[in-house]
Amino acid sequence: MADEIKRREFVAIVGVLGATAVAGCSSTAPQQSAQNSAAAPSNGAQAQKALATEPEAFTFLTPPEQAFVSAACDRIIPAEPPGPSASQAGVPYYIDHQLAGAWGNGARMYRPGPWRQGTPEQGYQLALVPAEVYRAAIRAIDEHCNKKYNGNFSGLTPAQQDEALGGLEKGSIDLGVIPATTFFSMLLANTIEGYFADPLYGGNRDKAGWKMIGFPGVAAVYTRHIDQDYGKQYVVPPVSIADVQQGLVQDDMDQMHVAMVRAMQPRNSFGKGR
Amino acid sequence: MATKLKSVDALTIGVGWTGGIIAAELTKAGLHVVGLERGEYRNTSPDFQVPQVHDELSYAVRLKLFQDAGVETVTFRNDASQTALPLRYLIGFLPGTGLGGAGVHWNGTTWRFLPWDFETRSKTIARYGASMLAPECTSQDWGITYAELEPFYDRFEYQAGIAGKAGNLKGKIQPGGNPFEGPRSREYPNPPMKTAYQSALFRDATAKLGYHPFVMPSANVTTAYTNPDGATFGACVYCGYCERFACEMYAKSSPQLAVLPVALKTGRYDLREGVNVVRINLDNTRRRAVSVTYVDGAGGEFEQPADMIFLTSFILNNVRMLLISGIGTPYDPSTGRGNVGRNYAYQANTGATYFFEDKTFNPFMGSGANGMVFDDFNGDNFDHAGAGFIGGADINVNPTGGRPIQYHPVPPGTPSWGVAWKQAVAKWYSHAFNANAQGGVQSYRANYLDLDPTYRDAFGLPLLRMTFDWGPYELKQSAYMADVLGKVGKALGASQTAVRPLKGHYTTQAYQSTHNTGGAIMGSSPASSVVNKYLQSWDVPNLFVLGASAFPQNAGYNPTGTVCALAYHTADAVLKRYVKKPGPLAG
Repeated sequence: MADEIKRREFVAIVGVLGATAVAGCSSTAPQQSAQNSAAAPSNGAQAQKALATEPEAFTFLTPPEQAFVSAACDRIIPAEPPGPSASQAGVPYYIDHQLAGAWGNGARMYRPGPWRQGTPEQGYQLALVPAEVYRAAIRAIDEHCNKKYNGNFSGLTPAQQDEALGGLEKGSIDLGVIPATTFFSMLLANTIEGYFADPLYGGNRDKAGWKMIGFPGVAAVYTRHIDQDYGKQYVVPPVSIADVQQGLVQDDMDQMHVAMVRAMQPRNSFGKGR
Repeated sequence: MATKLKSVDALTIGVGWTGGIIAAELTKAGLHVVGLERGEYRNTSPDFQVPQVHDELSYAVRLKLFQDAGVETVTFRNDASQTALPLRYLIGFLPGTGLGGAGVHWNGTTWRFLPWDFETRSKTIARYGASMLAPECTSQDWGITYAELEPFYDRFEYQAGIAGKAGNLKGKIQPGGNPFEGPRSREYPNPPMKTAYQSALFRDATAKLGYHPFVMPSANVTTAYTNPDGATFGACVYCGYCERFACEMYAKSSPQLAVLPVALKTGRYDLREGVNVVRINLDNTRRRAVSVTYVDGAGGEFEQPADMIFLTSFILNNVRMLLISGIGTPYDPSTGRGNVGRNYAYQANTGATYFFEDKTFNPFMGSGANGMVFDDFNGDNFDHAGAGFIGGADINVNPTGGRPIQYHPVPPGTPSWGVAWKQAVAKWYSHAFNANAQGGVQSYRANYLDLDPTYRDAFGLPLLRMTFDWGPYELKQSAYMADVLGKVGKALGASQTAVRPLKGHYTTQAYQSTHNTGGAIMGSSPASSVVNKYLQSWDVPNLFVLGASAFPQNAGYNPTGTVCALAYHTADAVLKRYVKKPGPLAG
């Protein structure tokens, strides 16, 4: 790793995390096989502690929907190098939790009628919330797959699955009131979110999405780096929200983010004795 | 029946930058001010702290700090022949809400507009002749000049701790700054931001092309700074969580840092959050605003009288409040009569991504405004003869933090999913960067704001209806800027350059900008504007309407510097003249 910067200030990763393989540019990222990481994490005991905060359980998706989502997001982000597949990274759990939660139930969505079809420039105009879109769309897609391929989407060959997803992307499959492109865009966006969002949301397990691209995660002080060592990759084990909250990272007493913020907290408080 | 409250000297509807500036200036002068904010109370501690505030999903994707479309949205159509439909999700532009408003989640790019921007119409005619202006173009002069506003730009920059390098000090061009800017009375209060590798390459390449790159002026404060009122700031650490996020470092200038503590320290500022103003009440003459009516979280209705009322919400809400309250004459595009809602404009962005097989970047290092920029193609800094448009764009590279849900560039032609997509994401994440030409938008007869006849908000009030499409200039301007961005790609030695000129109709379905402007525009005559140069309503002289709603058309810059300079200009006129002799401010 000739391009690696030796970092002093930011965060020193303590304990077992500090001894893990260092993730960096794609060519050096360790291949993660995280399918059973909560039971047998590749990154040791401390990582296990952080990961164990998110239990693996579905709350919204039915078993056939779980099968569809796992299979579909694994065609969107397959298992081929340089990182785990979407389902290996926990993305189906991420999608399940999002659908069960505020977003899936129409948070920040204007819901009053009347409803009518709009132009592409006017965007989403369905009365359905995302959870309802998934439920209706998956049923329609499996019906389509049974007619065309004689089986549910999850049982098809990868080539057939890619063909079906391509049909959704192009809008050539009939999903009733839901435009296929609307559902496909939602599924694609959610899969990418689950792969790269903080692991606390159920995906990006073992921070595999971040390791794949060399993203350092949540804690970051780059004052001494941003204009130094031009062209050198800044390589660091990524840090998640849970890592900080559970004390798995600490500063090196130089210019650490968290420590600085703590020192500054009494300043500028104002108003009504708050 | 509304509970009538005790009258105060002044109130602001909204507490963001403009409401905070008015509060600070008026309370310092001994006046009592009430701040009415629809959103929640929030402050750097404990609300904006790590690690929670560095959560891309919650803040940048699920839009934690923004207006909830479930409560209030906007209806939209490209032209008046269509039926406007509600934006069921806010995507293309993102109004803020909560204490501090968009001053909490902004990037911090802080410009002064060019002298030309304030006199767009007259200077265009003077240089190119009247035929240069398209018949449907309703862009006009602002009724104020750069020279008049200069002291107030200076006030804001020192109050907010802006970082930058002057390019023109009292008419003398300075190395390292923007040679095209109007004259400044003094240097910025803080030194410019550090330059990332992407920006350094862009600087060298654009200088080689003969352009004039400089470090983008920034409200990401670069030193531990104390402003003239004693408010303190920390220094930016380039954490890469800035726009769409709130700053935990006390380093991104905000109303919470720069002005609200000043107002609260006087003991004359009464801040009320979680209250929605539903109406400005006029007296029988319709020439005086007597109070506002607001609703609290339990449905309680209150009437707050005040001698002066400052409408200081986001531009869309400013225009809607005027229309709901029956102040001024609504604009009618079929006759051209009326001014409220007229000259709605926006920002026309042209993007580019440069890919490098042989160069490595750290895209996650950055801040909201730490880039490199050149102004050679902005305003009227270049000859537009034959160009087919007026105005221009600031062209910049601004590494704001490569948070991976929203930043994972892949070259054109890459599939949008599957193995090839995944491998391209991994390959290019550290080997690419974006540039943007942030173009101005002129105003046109057919682009306007009014009240929607069908859809209502959670309070039962009509939603604002936006009718907008690109005019004859914007697509030509974008093609022109795309060409420049392509040349820059060659000069950079990029392995691949992808440029994205605007095409077709304006769409609300991809984020473009929250630099919405106009609808309550300023000017020198009540015949062609809603407010005078002090942002005072022509119709109701004790009402002032602050913000980018006053821009008669939009420049190729971020608006906040000009919005806040105008707010200081208003405060100055109110304190020096209006409070001594209430009434229309002439001259």
